[in-house]
Amino acid sequence: MPRIPAPPLPKVLQPRPKRPGENDNGATHPLPIDAGITAVDWVDERMQLSSGLRWLLWRKVPRGVNWPYTLGSATLFAFLNQAVTGVFLAMYYRPDAASGAYESIRNINDNVFLGQFVHGMHKWGASVMIILIFLHMGRVFFYGAYKYPREITWVIGVVLLILTLAMGFSGYLLPFDQRSYWATVVGVNINAGGPFIGPFLSNFLLGGADFGATTLSRFYAIHMLLIPGLMAALIGAHLYLITKLGIAAPPWIKPHVAEDGDHAVVEAEV
Amino acid sequence: MPDRHRETKSKYTLDRGIPGAFEGETITRRRLINLWANGAGAVATAAFTLPALGFAIAPIFKRQEWTWQAIGTPADFTETTYATKVITITPGIGEAGNSITYVRKRNPAIDTEPEDQYNHWVALSSRCMHLGCPVRYVSAAERFICPCHGGVYDFRGMVAGGPPVRPLDRFYTRLNDGLVEIGPRYSVNSELQRFSPRFPGEPIDGIGQFLYPAQFDTAKKP
Repeated sequence: MPRIPAPPLPKVLQPRPKRPGENDNGATHPLPIDAGITAVDWVDERMQLSSGLRWLLWRKVPRGVNWPYTLGSATLFAFLNQAVTGVFLAMYYRPDAASGAYESIRNINDNVFLGQFVHGMHKWGASVMIILIFLHMGRVFFYGAYKYPREITWVIGVVLLILTLAMGFSGYLLPFDQRSYWATVVGVNINAGGPFIGPFLSNFLLGGADFGATTLSRFYAIHMLLIPGLMAALIGAHLYLITKLGIAAPPWIKPHVAEDGDHAVVEAEV
Repeated sequence: MPDRHRETKSKYTLDRGIPGAFEGETITRRRLINLWANGAGAVATAAFTLPALGFAIAPIFKRQEWTWQAIGTPADFTETTYATKVITITPGIGEAGNSITYVRKRNPAIDTEPEDQYNHWVALSSRCMHLGCPVRYVSAAERFICPCHGGVYDFRGMVAGGPPVRPLDRFYTRLNDGLVEIGPRYSVNSELQRFSPRFPGEPIDGIGQFLYPAQFDTAKKP
């Protein structure tokens, strides 16, 4: 049975090697840390997760990677921040257009413990995520990382960008103050300017010809269920492709010819 | 028993020595079961997807009611200035469902569009025809001005400047039991011909009326 490797403990914590002639009784008493390893082994033998985790995390990256390479992870953490704060905001928010929505946001901001903070994390985190996603896109573009064989990763990323903007649009209505209301009216009418399909799409978004009783709950469902589910699935596909295809080297790193001259090795372990 | 690995010309499973769905059938059992399993999965998926989709897009096809609401007596409205009236566009959602309309008596000297039973009073929607912000009537200038992007309309609601693509929308009006009543909204082109209500930002002169077709949920004229 394959065991997961023991954690890299510093020397002082590692069990002392036995001296010659020392009593072997100690070996029959496993160290407390072995209990954890045994439990993890028991699960891993049945789920076989450690190989996948190794595949995902302990992979080779090219020489010359730098800080801009962390922008994708930063965007991912911004998304996770939005997901976590959003779920907890949903515990207090009421998507009721007849004054309940605005009152519930006021309650979150004024009364709930840390309410203004969590609301602020969600509100400002949205802007941070938009900024980070554009910076990430710029990094990928200017480094040429979208080229073969990573075209599909790029396309999925563009879809994620569009979905993120749709999240920003649908979330803007939810506080239901004057700014939200009129921004949504204007946004839906911009959308209606698309020929043929535009008016029908706006009609679908509003749930009728005018801003109506179900418009707010419609936007709320789109904002917290429909688009986040799609985004989570696409982020999974994005990460799978990144792991599968590897990270692109920076454009200024020249392919390194191996000692045996057999083939060019672009990637080197860092 | 023929050799299974050799390509056989016959399409009958019996000739090819493999189990058929039925005796002498052309379709193999494996293929039949595959079709059944995939078909059952497709039916089960469609059984919850299609009703849910229909549920979500139903409002597009639901025809609205033609309703009238009273806004005052004929004495409330003059030919020379607009009265501001609050009407309910969507009932049941409080202030968010209200809208402002500007109403005056029809003045044959300036209102050149043909008179009929529905326009003895001119009721203009406050919704700007650029992107839907609320316009306000400035009586000193006899203009409607939009705060968002600088749209300007003249006394009759025709575009006088800025980005709006068509004159202000109007409402049907009528006299009933001595009260002025207001009906559904309709859109007008630059000759003030009536069209079913469109979203702001959609021109309906020329090709625009075809690019932005009438919606299925438009209330039917009684």
